[in-house]
Amino acid sequence: MSAVVFFIAAIGAIAGAIGVVALRNPFYSVLALVGHLLSLAALFLLLRAEFIAAAQVVVYAGAVMVLYLFVVSYIGGGAHQLTPGGAQLRVIAGGAVLALFAELAIAVLGSGLKAIDSDGAPYVSGFGSPAQIGEALLTKFLFPFEVASLLLLVAAVGAVVLARRRAGTTLDDAERDAAHYITPRSLFSGTMAEAVGAISEPRGDEARETVEQP
Amino acid sequence: MSTTTWAWLVLLFPLLGTLVNGLGYRRLGRGAAGAIGTAAIGLAFVCALGALFSLQGHDAEHRALVSSLWDYAVTGEVDAKLSILVDPLSVYMMLVVTGVSTLIHLYSVSYMKGDRGYARYFAYLNFFVFSMLVLVLGGNFLMLIVGWAFVGAASYLLISFWYRRGTATRAGIKAFVINVVGDVGLVLGTFFVLRHSGTLDFLGTFRAVEGGAFAGHHGALVAGCLLILVGAFAKSAQIPLHTWLPDAMEGPTPVSSLIHAATMVTAGVYLIARLHPLFEAAPAAADTAAVVGCVTLLIAGTIALTQTDIKRVIAYSTMSQIGYMIMAVGAGGYVAGLFHLMTHAFFKALLFMAAGSIIGAMAGAQSLDKMSGFRKAMPFTFGCFVVGGLALSGVPPFSGFFSKDEILAFVGNRGGWFVALYVVGYVGAFLTAVYTWRMIFRAFWGEPCAEARELEHGHLAHAEVPTNPADGEVEDTDVGFPGPEHTIAERALPMKVAMTLLAIGATVAGLVQIPNVDHVITSFLEPTFADSKYIHDEPSNSLTYFGMALGTVLALMGIALAHRIWVAKPGSAAAWRARFKPAYTLFVNKWFFDEAIDLLVVRPFAAFGNFSRRTFERVVVEGTLVDGTTSVVRAGSAAVRAIQTGFLRYYAALLLLGGAAVVLYFLIAAS
Amino acid sequence: MSIAWYLVVSALIFCIGAGGVLVRRNPLVILLCLELMLNAANLALIAFARMHGNADGQIFALIVMVVAACEVTVGLGLIVAIFRRRLPIDVDELRELQG
Repeated sequence: MSAVVFFIAAIGAIAGAIGVVALRNPFYSVLALVGHLLSLAALFLLLRAEFIAAAQVVVYAGAVMVLYLFVVSYIGGGAHQLTPGGAQLRVIAGGAVLALFAELAIAVLGSGLKAIDSDGAPYVSGFGSPAQIGEALLTKFLFPFEVASLLLLVAAVGAVVLARRRAGTTLDDAERDAAHYITPRSLFSGTMAEAVGAISEPRGDEARETVEQP
Repeated sequence: MSTTTWAWLVLLFPLLGTLVNGLGYRRLGRGAAGAIGTAAIGLAFVCALGALFSLQGHDAEHRALVSSLWDYAVTGEVDAKLSILVDPLSVYMMLVVTGVSTLIHLYSVSYMKGDRGYARYFAYLNFFVFSMLVLVLGGNFLMLIVGWAFVGAASYLLISFWYRRGTATRAGIKAFVINVVGDVGLVLGTFFVLRHSGTLDFLGTFRAVEGGAFAGHHGALVAGCLLILVGAFAKSAQIPLHTWLPDAMEGPTPVSSLIHAATMVTAGVYLIARLHPLFEAAPAAADTAAVVGCVTLLIAGTIALTQTDIKRVIAYSTMSQIGYMIMAVGAGGYVAGLFHLMTHAFFKALLFMAAGSIIGAMAGAQSLDKMSGFRKAMPFTFGCFVVGGLALSGVPPFSGFFSKDEILAFVGNRGGWFVALYVVGYVGAFLTAVYTWRMIFRAFWGEPCAEARELEHGHLAHAEVPTNPADGEVEDTDVGFPGPEHTIAERALPMKVAMTLLAIGATVAGLVQIPNVDHVITSFLEPTFADSKYIHDEPSNSLTYFGMALGTVLALMGIALAHRIWVAKPGSAAAWRARFKPAYTLFVNKWFFDEAIDLLVVRPFAAFGNFSRRTFERVVVEGTLVDGTTSVVRAGSAAVRAIQTGFLRYYAALLLLGGAAVVLYFLIAAS
Repeated sequence: MSIAWYLVVSALIFCIGAGGVLVRRNPLVILLCLELMLNAANLALIAFARMHGNADGQIFALIVMVVAACEVTVGLGLIVAIFRRRLPIDVDELRELQG
């Protein structure tokens, strides 16, 4: 039974991965990744990591991917078709990837480690449960826990700094026009605009003159 | 004061003169520079006299005094010290050098008046005198070589004194290069000698030679002496290293008078006389010297017959007379050669000074073709020319007669094949009389030329546009060129005084060594040459008197012939030239030595240099070694630079490849 | 299923992700492929945790998830900033850090 689930989940994960790489539209790539994450959560469950599986779905697929979707929508994926370039690089990439996979497969399958061939250690009750994870986080792995929270703080600050609007970095050039920022001042009030001759005489006199002529 | 102290003072005063004039040339006024220069040499002369009297105070066996100021490098094989040797020979040379130099400095005070480089001139001239004194006073080979090199440098500085003249600078370089060839010979010869004598010191070397240090190494001694002769020939302008001397006439006339007549060119004679124990132990070298001297005196005499530049005539005459001296010291007649050195210094310096005077009257022109009839306009100069000419031709009782005849009598007395040299020597004497009086008759007889007529009316001719007398190039009178003023002896007291004293010397100097009457020079120099085989060789009376008579007759015949060709029958010079056309062509082209040296030496060297530069250096050194290294480095860095493309994906690919390689390594290592 | 299967799947996903990083030009997609690689590592960690019977691997995987989230945040912020400056969203065009 678990073998069937395993195969379904594995095929789902691999299909999602291939989808991320192969799909042209980034929006679809994000969706493929979401599918991949869900399959991975199933695999985690098979490996008795309940809490991690849940965290994967809620945090990763739920929050991070939604953030991704927001950004992809903002940027508008697929708006400009990128010309496929670098065929040479594809060859190198394909070669390197195949080589790496071959090596890793040989490492895993040919290692002769007996433990890998087994199904794992005997089941301990509470293995992978939130209680066990929480206890470990607060005792044995307290320091990494705290560092991770610091890291999250840094990332949050970084995101805010990167997203901040600054003068001159906005899209609208029209806003840079000085006249929109400076309210018009009257004559003889001592403005620089008057000093450089940018303020002309009021047009009221001309209109009155034209009217009075017969 | 001890003798050696006097000698050190003799060295000190010219050095001080050089330094004061050289360092202060901008601030010293004209009068000061000249006075300092002349006074320095004058003081040196006084100290030389002091050394003379002090030396004579010692008894005859102990008249070789060595004084060392500083040990420069004393090891087992080499003893290089700053030492001087004071003995009759060096005192004699000192007196000649400082005496004639003082008079020439006095002459220059007037002659160089108006030249912008006045102080520089006196600095150089003092430096030259200092170097020459180092040369003659040196007590070991090191000091000799140092002095030798310095006089070469001083000669270069003074020949190209008017440095903006292309002809002058080229002449200076030519002189220097040929002198360097001589320097190389001298140094190599010293090495050959040093190898077996074990000491650089002169007295030590002589003792070693006497003691048989070269007993099994006769070849080395001969080779060493021949190489030293190369040095002597280069400095004394003997065939074939003589081509620099006529060109050296580009320098101011007092320079020609001092360096290229009286002192520097006699350094070769001094050298052979000083090293006489070596040469007597290597007769092959000594005989070579005698033969070369003889050949030179003949060839130079023939060339002097055809030259039109008055200074060049006197230059070739110098070459010829030095040939006599070299012949003498090569044959063993050291006293005779040195006696002629002294008398030649007097009358040749006098002739050059007089030539300077007449060149001044000609406003800088030096060609005999343009001079004539100066007899009435310049009586004093004319008188000096006559005195000098009579002395040079060997007419009794002038000094040249006694010295030249003593040389020829000695050579004839040697017998054997030296008789050939004896005959050539008299032929040379005849030629000497002819060319000397050719010069005098052409310049002073005949219709006065324009400049002479102007001078008769009391007005010194003045060139409108200053030109280079050699090639007619237009110049100006600023620094680096001769000044605008020309002086003649009749109008400048210092020149007159100097020339008068030299004329007196040229007239009476011979009286100190009249055969069978007195032998002042011989007895003075005897302590130095006591170890020579030939010092007691006295020619027989019959040979002596025959020689004197023959010399007088030949001299008078030469004067008569010159008179006939250039005074009595003015057109006959052209006729003679036409009749002996091939000979004339050979002589007027200076026996084609310049062309031969250019073809055999200069061009191959230039071609080799060009080849080295174009092919070897450019291709091998620059191309392969230097450029090759840099291009390898550049290619390497270009290759490395190619990795920094800026493309993110390339970086990622490199990472991945690296990662795959690492995993592969671990996979292989683990299996 | 033995642990080896999970490890092989993890390796495969890792390699697919690596290939995606090399091949795609849109930085957004490159980040996504980076996520793939991180997830593959997570899978391997969980598998080994199961193998040892030790929950340390799972903690590690959790921290990796945290790091991935932070990295995504900052990376997307960068891409948004690039987009705002009207630069092309193409890693082949953004190559001024070169030598």
